[in-house]
Amino acid sequence: MAPLIREEIMSKSRCRQGAPLLDFVASNGLIHRRALLGSGLTIAGALGAAGSLTGAAAEPIVDAPWSLAVGEVMPPLQTPSPFEKGVTRALSNPNGEFRTSHARTPHHLLGGTVTPNGLHFSINHGGVPNIDPAEHKLVIHGMVRRPLEFTLESLSRYPLVTRMAFVECAGNSAPMFSKEPLQTTVQMLHGLVSNAEWTGVPLSTLLDEAGINPMAKWLVAEGGDAQFLDRSIPVKKAYDDALIAIYQNGEHLMPGNGYPMRLLLPGYQGNMNVKYVRRIKAINQPAYSYFETKNYSQILPGGKTWRFHFLQEVKSFITHPSFGLSLKDPGLYAISGLAYSGTGRISKVMVSADGGESWGEAALQGPIHEKAFTRFVMPWRWGGQPAILQSRAYDGGGNVQPLRAEFVAMRGEATRPVTTPLAFPNQHYNSITSWAVDSKGEIKHVYA
Amino acid sequence: MCMRRIPTAPALALVLAAEAALAQDSGLGKPLSESDIKQWDITILPDGTNLPPGSGTPTQGAKIFAEKCSACHGEAGKGGVAPYYPALVGGQPLTNGIDTVKTIANYYAYATTIFDYTRRAMPYNMPRSLTDDEAYSLTAYILALNKLIGENDVMDAKTLPQVKMPNRDNFIMPYLDQL
Repeated sequence: MAPLIREEIMSKSRCRQGAPLLDFVASNGLIHRRALLGSGLTIAGALGAAGSLTGAAAEPIVDAPWSLAVGEVMPPLQTPSPFEKGVTRALSNPNGEFRTSHARTPHHLLGGTVTPNGLHFSINHGGVPNIDPAEHKLVIHGMVRRPLEFTLESLSRYPLVTRMAFVECAGNSAPMFSKEPLQTTVQMLHGLVSNAEWTGVPLSTLLDEAGINPMAKWLVAEGGDAQFLDRSIPVKKAYDDALIAIYQNGEHLMPGNGYPMRLLLPGYQGNMNVKYVRRIKAINQPAYSYFETKNYSQILPGGKTWRFHFLQEVKSFITHPSFGLSLKDPGLYAISGLAYSGTGRISKVMVSADGGESWGEAALQGPIHEKAFTRFVMPWRWGGQPAILQSRAYDGGGNVQPLRAEFVAMRGEATRPVTTPLAFPNQHYNSITSWAVDSKGEIKHVYA
Repeated sequence: MCMRRIPTAPALALVLAAEAALAQDSGLGKPLSESDIKQWDITILPDGTNLPPGSGTPTQGAKIFAEKCSACHGEAGKGGVAPYYPALVGGQPLTNGIDTVKTIANYYAYATTIFDYTRRAMPYNMPRSLTDDEAYSLTAYILALNKLIGENDVMDAKTLPQVKMPNRDNFIMPYLDQL
């Protein structure tokens, strides 16, 4: 393959040897997203001088052995190809010690926006309960005219609604509070967020039927797990867009995601989306449950503390390329990643290949849903030179993902060394992730 | 008399309310009474709402703690051998940094949280196994270890909500519009 010429500054330049006109939208090889709209020829132009990637084939192409015999019997329940066996969640507590367990989504090994159910992140503070759906009950009581009991069967008889939503642990990306960037994958840094299509009954429907008292400003939602995990939820959120979800990507919920029913509060911190929900009590004050008192509340620089900080704010990270996915050869790549905001829709994602010196707008893969993953893509011609890749998301509410310096100034950094990505020095990190590509194509996590 | 067929005003209101309720009622929820839910209704509010009868002292709690809690939380709540089992006593000032370990003494806003969580979730492998008296006793013991109550103070539905936690007024709510 012919080596590529290092490119310094390019707003618009013509590739050599009569290749189609290429728009470079920012320095270090970022190509205007309009290249994605045109024909294959347009994108082929991105290869420039390296356009003819293959020389003469060394061997003739022949039929593969799997094509020459009848294939295997189909199983009743499909699982991924054996070749995908490395695509799994990362477990924090594989031996089931008496403590919280986390399973992180491998975003660097997935595409699109929907997290497959088997790979949806999960945190359980008291293990995964084995709930018989025929015996599970959801009770609504407290400041209501008449308490009601629902079952999976009775909820299934309602006209159900379906929506996309991400769920993100408030502690997702917490290793980024470290003063030194941890050398680890996007899975370990950002694997406590996932995105699914959820189907269920609007919580407002059930509260109306129970006749909620207008004086009730809070609900306490409680799960049927071994912690009876409970959180206080504003009634306002319940009437905005809360669901009692019973399906996840078309099938009943996964055990680790709340089977047979969970509270879904789109855009609010994961822990509030109470799984195995068995009880919702209307009350006139927040309960100050253990989890809202301690874990899901955070210390600010100077020692003040935030409580009831529910919103998962606008955020993005590049999944491809990222730590662990080295670049093999110079040439065309797609810089791709995920953006989301608890406020609403993603309106724009900017990408930089030079550590934030220059930015180009990425293409967004539609449809763009509120409070759900949006995948962004930016064509990139890597010429073999060092690069620092970053993404920055904007939402429809006018919120912008903060730069790291801005974020650290407001929210601080860990004072003690962070030695493992499993640590949670603080909560609600939503600043930028930077991947440094060296001239060999190896990728490191850096702060830039 | 035909007069008797005309509903009085309160009766009419009842009829209308019932019709309104019917219009909203799918009939899919099974009505219950609060007494049916009593065993499940374990939420304690900061003002003491729903605290059960019963009581406990630090001395009573020390005995239960040694038996049921110290294997994980360490002797006198000083913390377990592994970092996952938190210390229940002590705590550094929050001004030390944003990663200061949050403890009962340096962080909790209300003492009712200790009773609520201990009763609902502890011991970790035997949740909901403590009696109300045991939960009061353990709460009293933990509060006394942290010198937030006296050695002989009795914790019950009346006294527990009155315990003043040091960090109570140090919180900010960043998104008041969401509440």
